[in-house]
Amino acid sequence: MGDTQLPPSAEDDPNASPTRTPAPPDEVAEPDIPAAVDELFATPQRTRRSRTVLLPALAVLTALALGGLLIIFTNQEALQAWAGFFRDPVRALSTSWTAVWAAYYALFSGALGSPSEIVRAIGSGDLAQFRSSLAPISETVVTATPLILVGLSVAIGFRAGLFNIGGEGQMNTGALVASAAGFSFPGLPGPVHLVLVLVAGFTGGALWGAIPGFLKAKTGAHEVITTIMLNFVAVSLVLYVLSTHFYGQQAEPVAKPVKVSYPHLFGSSLRIHFGIFVALAVAAAVAWLLNRTTVGFRFRAVGANPDAARAAGMSPSRTTILVMTLAGGIAGLAGSNQLLSVTPSLLPGFASGIGFDGIAIALLGRARPAGVVAAAFLFGALRAGGRTMQVVTQVPSDIITVIQALVIVFVAAPALVRAIYRVKARGVTGRDTFAKGWGA
Amino acid sequence: MRAETLPATTRTGKRARVLGIVFILTGVLIAVVFGLGAQAGVDSRLGLNPARNETFIVLPDLVLPSAGTAYALATVCMFLGGVQLARGFRTRANLVLGIVALIFVFAFLVWAARDRSLSLLGMFQSTLLRSVPITFGALAGVLCERVGVINIAIEGMLLLAAFAAAVSASVVGSLWVGLLVGAVVGGFVAWILAVLSIRYRIDQIIGGTVINIFALGMTGYLSIQFLQNNAALNDPGRFQNVAIPGLSQLPILGPVLFDQNIFVYLLFAIVAASYVGLFRTRWGLRVRAVGEHPLAADTVGIRVLFTRYRNVILGGVVAGIGGAYFTLGAVGRFEPGMTAGRGFIGLAAMIFGGWNPVGAFGAALVFGFADSLQVKLNILQVGIPQEFLGMAPYLVTIAIVAGAGRRVRPPAADGKPYIKD
Repeated sequence: MGDTQLPPSAEDDPNASPTRTPAPPDEVAEPDIPAAVDELFATPQRTRRSRTVLLPALAVLTALALGGLLIIFTNQEALQAWAGFFRDPVRALSTSWTAVWAAYYALFSGALGSPSEIVRAIGSGDLAQFRSSLAPISETVVTATPLILVGLSVAIGFRAGLFNIGGEGQMNTGALVASAAGFSFPGLPGPVHLVLVLVAGFTGGALWGAIPGFLKAKTGAHEVITTIMLNFVAVSLVLYVLSTHFYGQQAEPVAKPVKVSYPHLFGSSLRIHFGIFVALAVAAAVAWLLNRTTVGFRFRAVGANPDAARAAGMSPSRTTILVMTLAGGIAGLAGSNQLLSVTPSLLPGFASGIGFDGIAIALLGRARPAGVVAAAFLFGALRAGGRTMQVVTQVPSDIITVIQALVIVFVAAPALVRAIYRVKARGVTGRDTFAKGWGA
Repeated sequence: MRAETLPATTRTGKRARVLGIVFILTGVLIAVVFGLGAQAGVDSRLGLNPARNETFIVLPDLVLPSAGTAYALATVCMFLGGVQLARGFRTRANLVLGIVALIFVFAFLVWAARDRSLSLLGMFQSTLLRSVPITFGALAGVLCERVGVINIAIEGMLLLAAFAAAVSASVVGSLWVGLLVGAVVGGFVAWILAVLSIRYRIDQIIGGTVINIFALGMTGYLSIQFLQNNAALNDPGRFQNVAIPGLSQLPILGPVLFDQNIFVYLLFAIVAASYVGLFRTRWGLRVRAVGEHPLAADTVGIRVLFTRYRNVILGGVVAGIGGAYFTLGAVGRFEPGMTAGRGFIGLAAMIFGGWNPVGAFGAALVFGFADSLQVKLNILQVGIPQEFLGMAPYLVTIAIVAGAGRRVRPPAADGKPYIKD
């Protein structure tokens, strides 16, 4: 059967009714192929809303609540107050509340702006003041932009049953090539140069992503191990090139700055830049690719059941290489994005943390492009707010990483959230297959 | 991958030819790079005696002519390649591959030590030490995966245990308490992984990744919040080496194996115990049955879920001891991100070792060697940039995971949740 003849999945058309009865919830034995395909692509309409909005929202809330507990139990004052709980329980509670409120208020105002300040700015009618009151939102968008790209990179892998933990390395190598393209051609007209830097970033990331794809296809080496190892290698590689004459400037391990940058959207006082549109366009392109093209169908089919895909005439190994190359390229674009906006010079530790954020985002967004964009804005807000929180309340921003891990747990284990909030499971509770074990 | 299998004969025939050519090319490489690369008349001195503590017999240092040795080793490689092409080593081909790899490494060392001296014994010692956390991680992986639970979370377990061990040992003032706390924390984290993957049946690779991210964030958060401005909380000290009387005075073996700290002795004990336990006892038979065919195991009355919980937690305890090694055995303080991927390298060692404790230990020694080699070469200034040397352990990991490929087979039920009807 040629893959062109297969019907497109019903997933993106809310009015299409699922054509097959869903698999029973607790199916473990080798599922039959059509049921597996259904389970992966066609979420029944009835439970759609609760699964895509309610549960992730509850997951985020629960994670924030647990993060609050962490803040309380690592806060000196609150701990002292709790030590005297039996003498003065009110003080223990109020001190704790103050600590959490202060931290989360700083988080919120760092992410979306302080409401009172915005109201005041609108009242004053002063444009500059209004702009600066919106600076936190701008920061959130700026932070979310690379996260969208890395999240998409991980998500593409998930859809094909591959776990790309190499976002950080691919971002680094992407930036490595993009940086060279960015400082080597000072005479080029702006738009051409910009595109060149983007293409260079994509190429650098794609090459780095192709390696684990090739190894997986040809030798079966699991991509989780190879991509992580390549992250470390990429970091060393960046350190090395920064010490060379070609990249480096003077004695510092910092590359020459890229000569072109994304235009600012609302004047130079706000950092928000054109890159967000590029990221959104990539998200749209990925959605189109996955849901509307044969190549995308092949990705998903290989992810759902490589044996069935092979029987249908697709080549799982070619698909694996292609998926990893594409995923690496998109992560590489995140590297270009950073060079074209917030950090024009390649530095050591350039991409640290963004790679892991990408995993959290892809999972929270259920590996769907629209979900990834939404999740990236959420984590962009948390990251941007986390910086403010660290400055204002001295709560280390690493807590955002903890909250992230908790969010993924609750998203990946919906039963946990259901148990906490007694949300009834209706219809199928089939779960997405994200990654595969060693043998696959 | 069954469908891709070629007829066995053509496949092995092709592989045999490729191996033969590889052996010969290795010989050529050794002759050209290490032979021509060393000036005539220059010697390499390889030390075989410990810096301190006398052994029964003091061995003379190995003094070899740098260029001559390289040519001799190159000849051996080319000869082996010729034999492989002409006649073939058949089933022993992998063994010969290993020998050629060793020859290459030795030739490299002789070249690196040209006109200088290099303590070979010191290299053996640091190889073993650097393989310690990797082996603990690999053993944790073996214990978990033999019952069918994939454990990607080893890195996180190492990191959390390293942190907990350092802080508790500093607070209580006892290294032993630190070791114990490290083990308990490892076990606790493993219990969480077990609950997530056995009870809530979440994708085990996701579950492990979550724990890794959590560990990174949590240890980062807590060390900024508490350790940065409170140095007393992060000053546990280190376990000292304990020389075993008699044994430690054997030449070469003594200083390498029997003059080490408690972690190395624990490692020997756990490798031996888990090997015997898994393959020679009723307990191990049950464990493996659960990992290969849980339904069959259940049918004959083995408690599948209980066995899985127990082994995952046991694996966590082992990983916890490995984590404690970072702070109490090696560095003497906690630093964020100090595990630097050792948990994942442990997983690679587990795979390369074929899910067997002894095999995993052997594979971990290869990584330990790569790691200690890069440090040594950095000191010797061989003209390779330090950044590239630093990649060595990671590149070796990739090469080995790719080389192990599909020839090693994971437990059949690895990563599959079991649901009793």
